[in-house]
Amino acid sequence: MADYKGIAVFCEVKEGKLAPISTEGLGIGKKLAGDSGQELCAIVVGSGVAEATKEAIAYGADKAYVVDDELLKTYRTDSYVAVMKKVIDQITPQVLILGQNDIGRDLAPSLAFKLGTTATLDCVELAIDPDSKRLLQTKPIYGGNALAVYTSNTDPQIVTIRTKAMTPLAPDASRQGEIVNIDAGIDASAIRTKVVDTVVEEVAGIKLEDAEVVVAGGRGMGSAEAFAQLEELAKLLKGAVGASRPPCDNGWLPDTVQIGLTGKIIAPELYIAVAISGSSQHLSGCSGSKNIIAINKDPEANIFRQARYGVVGDWKKVLPAFTAKIKELLAS
Amino acid sequence: MNIIVCVKQVIDPEAPPASFQIDSASNKAEMKGAPPVIDPYGEYAVEAALKIKDANGGKITAITMGIKLLREVVKKPLSMGADELVLLEDESYDGADSHSTAYALAMATKKVADYNLILCGREASDTNAGQTGSGIAEILGLPCVTLARKIDINNGTARVEKVTADGYEVVEVTLPAVITVSNEIGEPRYPTIKGIMAAKKIDPVVWKPSDIGVESNQVGNAGRKTAVNKLFQPVHEGKCEMAEGDSPEEAGANLAMKIREAKIL
Ligand SMILES: Cc1cc2nc3c(=O)[nH]c(=O)nc-3n(C[C@H](O)[C@H](O)[C@H](O)COP(=O)(O)OP(=O)(O)OC[C@H]3O[C@@H](n4cnc5c(N)ncnc54)[C@H](O)[C@@H]3O)c2cc1C
Ligand SMILES: Nc1ncnc2c1ncn2[C@@H]1O[C@H](COP(=O)(O)O)[C@@H](O)[C@H]1O
Repeated sequence: MADYKGIAVFCEVKEGKLAPISTEGLGIGKKLAGDSGQELCAIVVGSGVAEATKEAIAYGADKAYVVDDELLKTYRTDSYVAVMKKVIDQITPQVLILGQNDIGRDLAPSLAFKLGTTATLDCVELAIDPDSKRLLQTKPIYGGNALAVYTSNTDPQIVTIRTKAMTPLAPDASRQGEIVNIDAGIDASAIRTKVVDTVVEEVAGIKLEDAEVVVAGGRGMGSAEAFAQLEELAKLLKGAVGASRPPCDNGWLPDTVQIGLTGKIIAPELYIAVAISGSSQHLSGCSGSKNIIAINKDPEANIFRQARYGVVGDWKKVLPAFTAKIKELLAS
Repeated sequence: MNIIVCVKQVIDPEAPPASFQIDSASNKAEMKGAPPVIDPYGEYAVEAALKIKDANGGKITAITMGIKLLREVVKKPLSMGADELVLLEDESYDGADSHSTAYALAMATKKVADYNLILCGREASDTNAGQTGSGIAEILGLPCVTLARKIDINNGTARVEKVTADGYEVVEVTLPAVITVSNEIGEPRYPTIKGIMAAKKIDPVVWKPSDIGVESNQVGNAGRKTAVNKLFQPVHEGKCEMAEGDSPEEAGANLAMKIREAKIL
């Protein structure tokens, strides 16, 4: 059996830059490495990744393994699994951290099954157990109604981390680290899927993930038109509009603005939830918000269990008055 | 087109979170007062299978692994229009993790044998694991496309629209393959009276581990590669301050005042 050691972070490269989720992975990876006296390495995979590799070292990696190949420009399960298997077989890390995003949620389970080990997706906390030295992998289950702490019997212990659940280190451009290039060695004919088109649904205004204020509506909004009132409030607060799943499913809003477990995970300063019941799956996406404010006609609605301020009432009456008062307060 | 759909029985994820409880002795969760349901993403996978069957014809076999499977629950795919139901029902399947789940289901698909496509939900509502589809594909050596929002079959190739964070990708894959399904595929259809009557007459096939050629220590709890060290409910302080008023309009204005006073604005 191979001697597995070290903490590795899969580093994703987006338009030549290190993806934010990878800086978060390096942040927690550094902590785990420190706690267990191990080395932190970055595995940087993509096409044209020199800049991102430097960033990975600035964000804490002691060493970077780099696979740079034109064929890795677009993520495909087969090519990335093959490359990652090759790298893992060579460096045999004890822990591998990826991000819970488009790539990580597809790559982590396939890679784990390929390697005969396990993955735990969407972890919100990671720690090394002082006794067993195994990775304690904390993950919400039952849609966020419960938390489970898993350990894996096999190495490498693969996890993905939830967006914004871990903190990156402050980057230090003067940090030095060894860079090791690994040949991708991909057999193009072994890639069994073909990406024939990529469609980006642009949303005007501030991006949901970057907004300090998010105004979100739920099924109780009742129609696409009703969201115009949320747009107005969002504009006033220089924020973005989001939604629970039903408005997206109903086609009132694009799917890309869904907030929750299977949508976007956001953590704005202020989250205003209008006619959203506050299912555990929805709250998974917004419970990291600094302040949650809710308007709902049902006093028993679960959203009030996590909101700081609220109004029980029909949004059609409450919201226009709220917006008008906000306008007035902002003007004064 | 012969399609296998994996769908499980779960506690109702849409029941109010207040009714969620963990029995600490057994480490099992329940929704007090709410009967179990089929897992929503599994149901979306059934809907995806039915859409393909509508367009291409063929046969749909649903597979459910678990214990204490309520027939009126697990027969839902049949009443929606699936043709056959296989139950992996035995004490030894209980307590599975992603590894032992995917393993048992993969072995069961081998026994079904005659299929072009395996569909799973993107993630089950209880585990939120999101691994079974990828796991089955890896075990069977098949390609896998996750998070489908649309599937078109043409000449042995699936053209899949795959959900991404800012839109979607169009991916082509040659069958047989595994595809996991997201809610963007569209609301699952309601069972028709005719479907319910037909489902009543279909007896599910039950396969024990020996029927799918595995030992009972390779499945369920015994086949796990992970351990649950702890299972608990997160606590919320839950002190929401309500803005009041003589009218809803006044309450709305007072809410604005409150957040101003709290310097959130
Ligand atoms: C595995 C899984 C993943 C999921 N992922 C997500 C996810 O990522 N995001 C997500 O949002 N959901 C997700 N869901 C769905 C989730 O379980 C809920 O169904 C959904 O969040 C409910 O949305 P809602 O609150 O808008 O609708 P509802 O629960 O129907 O609530 C509507 C609310 O509006 C209120 N209301 C109605 N009319 C008015 C009015 N005039 N004025 C004021 N209030 C009014 C009602 O009192 C009610 O509280 C997921 C489910 C599963 C099983
Ligand atoms: N016990 C099971 N029986 C049948 N299908 C299952 C089972 N467990 C998981 N699945 C399928 O795999 C999907 C993803 O489950 P999971 O990997 O646990 O999130 C589900 O939506 C089902 O389609």
